[in-house]
Amino acid sequence: MTERVPDDDMRPQDREEVAIASESVGRPASAHGYAGSMALPEESPGPEGSPEVAMTSPEDLSLAYESGVEPKARSQWAYARIRFFRHKMAVLSLLVLIAVGFVAIFAKRIAPYGFDELDLFNITSGPTLKDKHLFGTDLLGRDYLSRVIYGLRTSLWVALFVAFLSTTIGTTVGSLAGYYGGVIDNLLMRFTDLILTLPGLAVLLTAAAFFGAGDPLKVGVILAFLFWTGIARIVRGVFLSLREKEYVEAAKASGAGDGRIILRHMLPNALGPIIVNTTLVIAAAILVEAALSFLGFGIQPPNPALGSLIAAGQGEGFQLWWLVTFPGLAIVVIALAINFVGDGLRDALDPTQRRIRA
Amino acid sequence: MLTYIIRRLLYSAVVLVLASFLVFTFVTVSGDPLAGLRIAPNVSEQTVQNVIDRKHLDDPVPKRYLYWVQDALTNQFGSTLLDNRPILPDLWRVMKNTMQLVLAAQLLVIILAVLIGVYSAIRQYSPFDYTMTTFSFLGLATPVFWLALMAQVAVVQIYERTGHRLFPIANLSGVDAGGGLHFWIDRAHHLVLPVLVLMVAGIAGYSRYMRAAMLEVINSDYVRTARAKGLPERRVTMKHALRNALIPLVTLVALDFGTILGGAVVTETVFSLDGMGLYFVNALFTNDPYPVMAWLMITAVMIIIFNLIADIVYGLLDPRVRYD
Repeated sequence: MTERVPDDDMRPQDREEVAIASESVGRPASAHGYAGSMALPEESPGPEGSPEVAMTSPEDLSLAYESGVEPKARSQWAYARIRFFRHKMAVLSLLVLIAVGFVAIFAKRIAPYGFDELDLFNITSGPTLKDKHLFGTDLLGRDYLSRVIYGLRTSLWVALFVAFLSTTIGTTVGSLAGYYGGVIDNLLMRFTDLILTLPGLAVLLTAAAFFGAGDPLKVGVILAFLFWTGIARIVRGVFLSLREKEYVEAAKASGAGDGRIILRHMLPNALGPIIVNTTLVIAAAILVEAALSFLGFGIQPPNPALGSLIAAGQGEGFQLWWLVTFPGLAIVVIALAINFVGDGLRDALDPTQRRIRA
Repeated sequence: MLTYIIRRLLYSAVVLVLASFLVFTFVTVSGDPLAGLRIAPNVSEQTVQNVIDRKHLDDPVPKRYLYWVQDALTNQFGSTLLDNRPILPDLWRVMKNTMQLVLAAQLLVIILAVLIGVYSAIRQYSPFDYTMTTFSFLGLATPVFWLALMAQVAVVQIYERTGHRLFPIANLSGVDAGGGLHFWIDRAHHLVLPVLVLMVAGIAGYSRYMRAAMLEVINSDYVRTARAKGLPERRVTMKHALRNALIPLVTLVALDFGTILGGAVVTETVFSLDGMGLYFVNALFTNDPYPVMAWLMITAVMIIIFNLIADIVYGLLDPRVRYD
């Protein structure tokens, strides 16, 4: 039955291609003593491939390469890429995100004004092309396009930081809990329960009041502290099922250490769910950070952030509608784009949704 | 089942004690609630000292925590730090207000989300389905506080341009609300915008969930069997599919309910509604641990109770689930 292994790693479409390839090399292969497998394809070349065809040995495959009829073997990542690019909204959103990221990185060059620069000739100007005040100005004549761009930069930075930190912690704890079980597992699950018992936003607000938020780095740490448990639970789940896989057993039998098994054998197979959830964490972090900053417990002036920009806009009255509208629209566009990319990545990577071998 | 419930409750009690101590420490250490009092010009040293003595502010935090536990158990959560105002009556008032807001919103959300979810699922990939999917993605990407602000902006702009006052944009009641029926009409009028705002996010989430649950059931074997034996399509969807697809939604609603009773923090803040959420935020701003703790205890107990109800209901509705 060991001959089945290479075939098992392929999707149906590959199997067909291999079947055709092995057919075309027909006779020479019989020299290897696989006559039986060569005779059958002509009799029943069903789309499923008969068991004998499925037993194509590695030698047959290499022969197929030599004869010039290449079976199109793609890596799993190549298939994931193809599936991702099939998701139109995800691709479009990815382009939007690249553009937003570009603007954020080169904020100093792109923003027409500085973050706190006053244009006293144009105070409370509505959105206009005049003097490039596309998003209008506030009571002090500060350009809101520039403020949104700088706010975007901070908010994105915080969200990425949160995603990085919570993914790192979550993956480490989750994989240890899933692999070893026992005390770590128990602690993780109890801690998650604790967080689930308490109202999330209240915990965040209390923590922010305690640690004295205001500075983006602190806000990021506080958010990551809440978000890591989600990823930890998911990684734990994947590891629990991977632990029983034959290849892990094989790695153990051949004397691989725990660290090697976790890092080299199991983690790569858990990457799909991890990547998808990291994406979703970025979107959630942007929304939650904005709400915190808006309530006055998150990033505070003079640090620019989209949430506090909206709070400032609210303070200046609803006649200046543009002060509230544009920073919020920026949040919606980013969160929407990230969610679409996450959706596309889920289609591409999540083994529970589509048939990819984990 | 009974042992399961008892074990859960015991465990929850431990969590509650742990969480309350942590939060008490956090709030106590995070700032000096007397800072405002100290710099006030017409407040004597003695007044400040009185507050300190009354609340044992000079004692170490663990000891103060124990004083709080005593107060909470024997004295209905005690009183606020500065003006020595009893906490529980205030909490009941804001809870009643929050209930009106969130019950109205949640009821509408569930009805609409089920309708949308079911129809999207049985007409998968139809224009309706695509429209609702787009709406959900938009709804989930929109910060609630911003949506609330935009609703206010829209009402203000309409007033400025046409002179029509569509809806009140703040508070729970008008200045001269009147009594009886007039009071409730006025209240409903004030709740329109907050409820609409809460509904957007709610429907976006729940309808996706309902759609997924319904799709899973529709493609299951027993639904195919029901069709195969010649039942009318309507009966298949309503009786065989919908009933089973509702099970996960029921638990989700029960799970969310405890959290929801904690108040819609953001919405209540933006519309300055005198509810649980605003009460909590204000207490936190004044660094007063006592109302924060009272709020947290009530909300956490609600969450625990509704989590338990969710589990029990799930077991009752789905006989495949067993607890032991």
